[in-house]
Amino acid sequence: MTDPTTDQSTGRQPRRLPVTDLSLVVLIGTSGAGKSSFARQHFKPTQVISSDFCRGLVSDDENDQSASAEAFELLHYIVGKRLAAGRLTVVDATNVQPAARKQLVALARAHDVLPIAIVLDVPPGVCAERNRQRPDRDFGDHVIPRQHRELRRSLAGLEREGFRKVHHLRGVAEVAAAEIELEKRWNDLRDRRGPFDIVGDVHGCRAELETLLTRLGYQLVRDEQGRPVDALPPADRTAVFVGDLVDRGPDTPGVLRLVMGMVAAGHALCVPGNHENKLGRALGGRKVTVSHGLQESLDQLAAEPPEFVVEVQAFIRGLVSHYLLDEGRLVVCHAGLPEKYHGRNSGRVRSHALYGDTTGETDEYGLPVRYPWAEEYRGKALVVYGHTPVPVPSFLNNTICLDTGAVFGGSLTALRYPERELVEVPAEREWYAPVRPMATDAPGAREGRPLDLADVAGRRVVETSLHGRIAVREENAAAALEVMSRFALDPRLLAYLPPTMAPSATSRREGYLEHPEEAFFAYRADGVREVVCEEKHMGSRAVVLVARDGSALERRFGLAGPGAVWTRTGRAFLGDQELTGALLDRVRAAAERAGLFEELGSDWLLLDAELLPWSLKALDLLRRQYAAVGAAAGAALPEVLAALAAAADRGVDGLTELTERQRRRAADAAAFTAAYRQYCWPTEGLSGIRLAPFQVLAAEGANLAVRPHDQHLAWLDQLAAADRELAAEGGVEPLLKATGRLVVDTADEASVAAGIAWWEELTAAGGEGMVVKPLASLVRAAAGQGRPGGLIQPGLKVRGREYLRIIYGPDYTEHLDVLRQRALGHKRSLALREYALGLEALDRLAAGEPLWRVHEPVFAVLALESEPVDPRL
Amino acid sequence: MFISISTTGTAERPATDLGFLLHKHPQKAQQFSTAHGVVHVFYPEADEQRCTAALLLDVDPIALVRRGRGKGRGGSPDFALSQYVNDRPYAASSLLSVALRTVFRTAMKGVCEQRPGLAEQPRPLTVRLPAVAVGGGERRAPEERSLVEQLFEPLGWQVTATPIPLDESFPSWGESRYLGVELTGTLRLAEALQQLYVLLPVLDGAKHYWVSPDEVDKLLDAGEGWLAEHPDRALIIRRYLHRRWSLANEALRRLELARLAEADDAEVEELDNAVPTEEPDSAASDSLAQDNASPAEGPEEPAAGADRPVPLAQQRRESILELLRASGAARVLDLGCGQGELVAALLKEKQVTEVLGVDVSAGALAAASRKLRLARMTERQASRVRLVQGALTYTDARLKGYDAAVLCEVIEHLDLPRLPALEHAVFGAARPGTVIVTTPNAEYNVRWETLPAGEHRHADHRFEWDRAEFRQWAERVAANYGYTVALRPVGPQDQEVGSPTQLALFRIGTTQGTGPAATTAAAEPATPGAAAEPATPGAAAGPAATVAAAGPAATTTAAAFAGSTDHTERSETR
Repeated sequence: MTDPTTDQSTGRQPRRLPVTDLSLVVLIGTSGAGKSSFARQHFKPTQVISSDFCRGLVSDDENDQSASAEAFELLHYIVGKRLAAGRLTVVDATNVQPAARKQLVALARAHDVLPIAIVLDVPPGVCAERNRQRPDRDFGDHVIPRQHRELRRSLAGLEREGFRKVHHLRGVAEVAAAEIELEKRWNDLRDRRGPFDIVGDVHGCRAELETLLTRLGYQLVRDEQGRPVDALPPADRTAVFVGDLVDRGPDTPGVLRLVMGMVAAGHALCVPGNHENKLGRALGGRKVTVSHGLQESLDQLAAEPPEFVVEVQAFIRGLVSHYLLDEGRLVVCHAGLPEKYHGRNSGRVRSHALYGDTTGETDEYGLPVRYPWAEEYRGKALVVYGHTPVPVPSFLNNTICLDTGAVFGGSLTALRYPERELVEVPAEREWYAPVRPMATDAPGAREGRPLDLADVAGRRVVETSLHGRIAVREENAAAALEVMSRFALDPRLLAYLPPTMAPSATSRREGYLEHPEEAFFAYRADGVREVVCEEKHMGSRAVVLVARDGSALERRFGLAGPGAVWTRTGRAFLGDQELTGALLDRVRAAAERAGLFEELGSDWLLLDAELLPWSLKALDLLRRQYAAVGAAAGAALPEVLAALAAAADRGVDGLTELTERQRRRAADAAAFTAAYRQYCWPTEGLSGIRLAPFQVLAAEGANLAVRPHDQHLAWLDQLAAADRELAAEGGVEPLLKATGRLVVDTADEASVAAGIAWWEELTAAGGEGMVVKPLASLVRAAAGQGRPGGLIQPGLKVRGREYLRIIYGPDYTEHLDVLRQRALGHKRSLALREYALGLEALDRLAAGEPLWRVHEPVFAVLALESEPVDPRL
Repeated sequence: MFISISTTGTAERPATDLGFLLHKHPQKAQQFSTAHGVVHVFYPEADEQRCTAALLLDVDPIALVRRGRGKGRGGSPDFALSQYVNDRPYAASSLLSVALRTVFRTAMKGVCEQRPGLAEQPRPLTVRLPAVAVGGGERRAPEERSLVEQLFEPLGWQVTATPIPLDESFPSWGESRYLGVELTGTLRLAEALQQLYVLLPVLDGAKHYWVSPDEVDKLLDAGEGWLAEHPDRALIIRRYLHRRWSLANEALRRLELARLAEADDAEVEELDNAVPTEEPDSAASDSLAQDNASPAEGPEEPAAGADRPVPLAQQRRESILELLRASGAARVLDLGCGQGELVAALLKEKQVTEVLGVDVSAGALAAASRKLRLARMTERQASRVRLVQGALTYTDARLKGYDAAVLCEVIEHLDLPRLPALEHAVFGAARPGTVIVTTPNAEYNVRWETLPAGEHRHADHRFEWDRAEFRQWAERVAANYGYTVALRPVGPQDQEVGSPTQLALFRIGTTQGTGPAATTAAAEPATPGAAAEPATPGAAAGPAATVAAAGPAATTTAAAFAGSTDHTERSETR
């Protein structure tokens, strides 16, 4: 304290009382000690909760002692709410009895904040005199002396009671001279904005750490013996270590020397791991079980000079359980931390930060069973941690584990923040044999644990690399759960569900609801010049997973078989397994002949396709709805027209307009029937069935959906050509149908006109229409184009005028003005979200992530499909 | 939609009297606005000999859809009302019924002030309806009377009903649900109109969008004088009022599921079928389909010699309860609880302190909650029961730590390839001490006379096992997960094909890993010869009672049950 100011009235140095900025301050003092005035003077009115005030609330009388029980219940409730919200809170009550304080300490602990006691130790005579001047305080003379005795008795034990700071103000003068000094919590480094390089568990792997730091652009500083003692960060970056620097590995002292040097120089931050904690206790002479590689550290440190060991002890003692960084957007700790513990202070928080949430059980390897806290994490801050070795680090609910088992022969990983870039250095060797295989129950394990309801049910947020966090509502997840578990194929095969697609903006053209010019215009506005128009096949959407041989799927998906064909909701497309097998045989043969398996280096392929005819899958719907409407119209309207004609012949007036309208209605109904008939034909076995693939979604290790569409079409042309050859050789009909396409330059009028003409031709011949897609496939908005970096619609469908009768009803052309009011916003947003989820699933599949990670976005697509969007869009 | 009403006449009783009766002038074309569109009335013919009044309801399908607006987000119409493609503009249905009542209200009352007495006299009438929607009549055999005939003939009409094909380009699609109908008869016009008013919606019987709070009153009003004598009045009333049920069902139907069905070009019923819709017509023929729910099952049973056979579903529940009592289970999972029949039974058990009902169908859970009157339970009662949505193909932390789990007629609703996921979730992850699984015995299906050979008992059954298949499965599961298992029949035992339901009782091994050995012991009775006669057919409680009785105080109930299995198994293998 160097503050020279003195309190004028007393002539004494002001007494500075440090108070942590998030804590529960408990004022202790007899009635009349001046607690309320003190609180008023030093804290905001909203920070102070007084028992008198609560008495008043429950009984309309601040001094009604009979209301005390209720008043304190209320006080505790309010205090609890404030602490849960992370607000500094002051309790203004006498608190002279241990029982009263005990409840408050428990409350502080329950919310993981520090309890702080401020004792206003004022002579009873002064208090009694003050009370006498207040007419509302007419309790007996014996009260204050009793309270004072209780207070004196309490003084010595306050720290034992759990108060982390005790400020004892003796006498009126000290109380008057006191000043509160708010202190930041040690874990609060929110003002450090980074950028950071966060390094996973090192475990004595000094060589790998040197390589990693160098790769991150740090310059190693070495002592005269050539040992690294610091590393100079590039630009204004800071390294952050997630703990577990020590144990198991070859050079724990070397790692400590380097990291301690970096921390001391302000080049790094470090949080403790459970291994530091135990090492610290072992070095401090405490009895610990020497296991899990502690022996290696102790042996290696024994070879170091004793003063180094002392430094290590001090370093470990000084480590703070976790840090809040970058305005609270980043939390670094060793074993992960739920949001409610961020920035909090308690033994429980420290224990969670060091050891994670364990269920108390141990697994078959004798290791604690960890509670998958990250799966439940819904916090806004990114939590970066280590502790649990995973083969591949991956983001889960805004958390990421960076322990990639360097000491077990895995790799040492760093996360560049805010870039969210992973930098990995492979281990030079396996330094220590793992007790349990790395790929068991940890997130990211290769096989993945079985699917858990918590992976999909309820309100969820799915992280996508393309579109950020995508929320799934509870009711949509519930519907998806019903369909997924009752009707869908095995989720192991179901690596993708097709996203919905938005139509082009509504056309103003006479007689049209949709027209290609809006699609071309939209892409031009988004800065996309090259688009491909693809013929829209009118069948039913089908995703086809085809295996090259009998064991390919077993190897990759853990489920043997020739493959699968599924619908938009993941159901088997053809109920008949034999037919599915025959179809897959043909696709496989064509892919083999076309050399696609070779070219893509994969023994399986995932195709997005349309399976025709429409009547193959939608026959029930066709019969109940479409054909039925046609039949009813066909039966009713001629009779109506005949009756109108007869009436008109009799000379009844005023029927001209009605007759004309009924005539148009009859024509529309006929056009409607003609429209759906185009998409219906009988099939027998494979005969009559056509498969029109338009995208190769994925192959081993690759998400192909992000490749340009001309590449897709080239692959699929090869496939269709091979199928034609094989069909000719075998004397059967071809199965595969090529997709007609035309590339259009949206900025070139002639090209756009050609695109429109092509669409008109397609639809005039009875086609459903076309889909316009950016040729490059995945496109983000350029700077200055809408939301920079945001996704652009992956495709816009432009449906034909006649086809839309099936969607909007036979007479829709009569009501275009009304129908043009359709709102597209939700559909567009849905299309983007589902597209991003689809690609996320394919990315995760390509990266070999566990089943539940692939299933999560697939399930989310299904859930989003049950969002309320105008189904005609 | 269109209807024409004709009459014939003479110079003394000119046909054009129809104009007076209807209060609509034959020379004029008139229009009336109604909620669903404009009604036009005109006369294609009007002379002494013949007069025809035509009513055309010019339905605006878009207005029809828009009436249902605002339910979805962004004001977009939601499912069911969103079907711009619907038959309402063309086919006679409840909407036409409303139009008739609106436009011919006075005529329907039988009032004709201009020509007193006219309304009281019967006239020769011909009513033509070019397309009448007939619901539920599709599966009718050709020789059977159509519903139109069934309804109108008793009222004195001659009925000509012409089937309308769905699409002549696709003859294989068959007939549509529409009939061209001509009714001829001599009736009072008012009566004819009232009958049409009531019977058109009855014929339709399908989805419609018309709700009126005082429908019962309207029915009684319009049915006065003819409905009471109608031989099919019960059917008429049921179908007329059933439409309200179907509305209720419609409201219960989860829109999210409907949208998924729509996205998949599927019928809603294809996905949303966990709660059977109450279809009064099919109650008799479909009793099998409602194997789980319907008490109507009993009479179908061939072995039931007793006067009042106990329905199989109830026998199943009784068997399950016996076994649970013997196991001492207090906290019980009902996995696949459906509409909560077993949950209700479990709550009546004194030893049961908690029941967690799990079903994947939110619809079923809602129904269960209603039937159990969860909302009206006292706190103490409610604290014993919870219903949650869950799927047994996923592990579920909420299911851990229970004494027993029941899978009553559940596994057969899962596709076979998904069954291992359920096994893991129940036996591997939740690991209750006792698991009871029941499933149909496919061998017994030949005894159901109404069940065509090779068909399953329920449309949603993905498989039905014979006894050998079930035993094989149960033993494998028990071995894999460290349980012992014993099998037993439920329901009347047939010498040849066994019982209709088969049940497996799994008990967790004392230590994990000794399971397989224990299973073998339970599965292969060590001492042959102790065979008892099979239980009396129909008395399902028999074997269970044996179990309870055979359990000496010193042995565990599992052992007792394993002992009792010996005789039941042998009786099956004979």
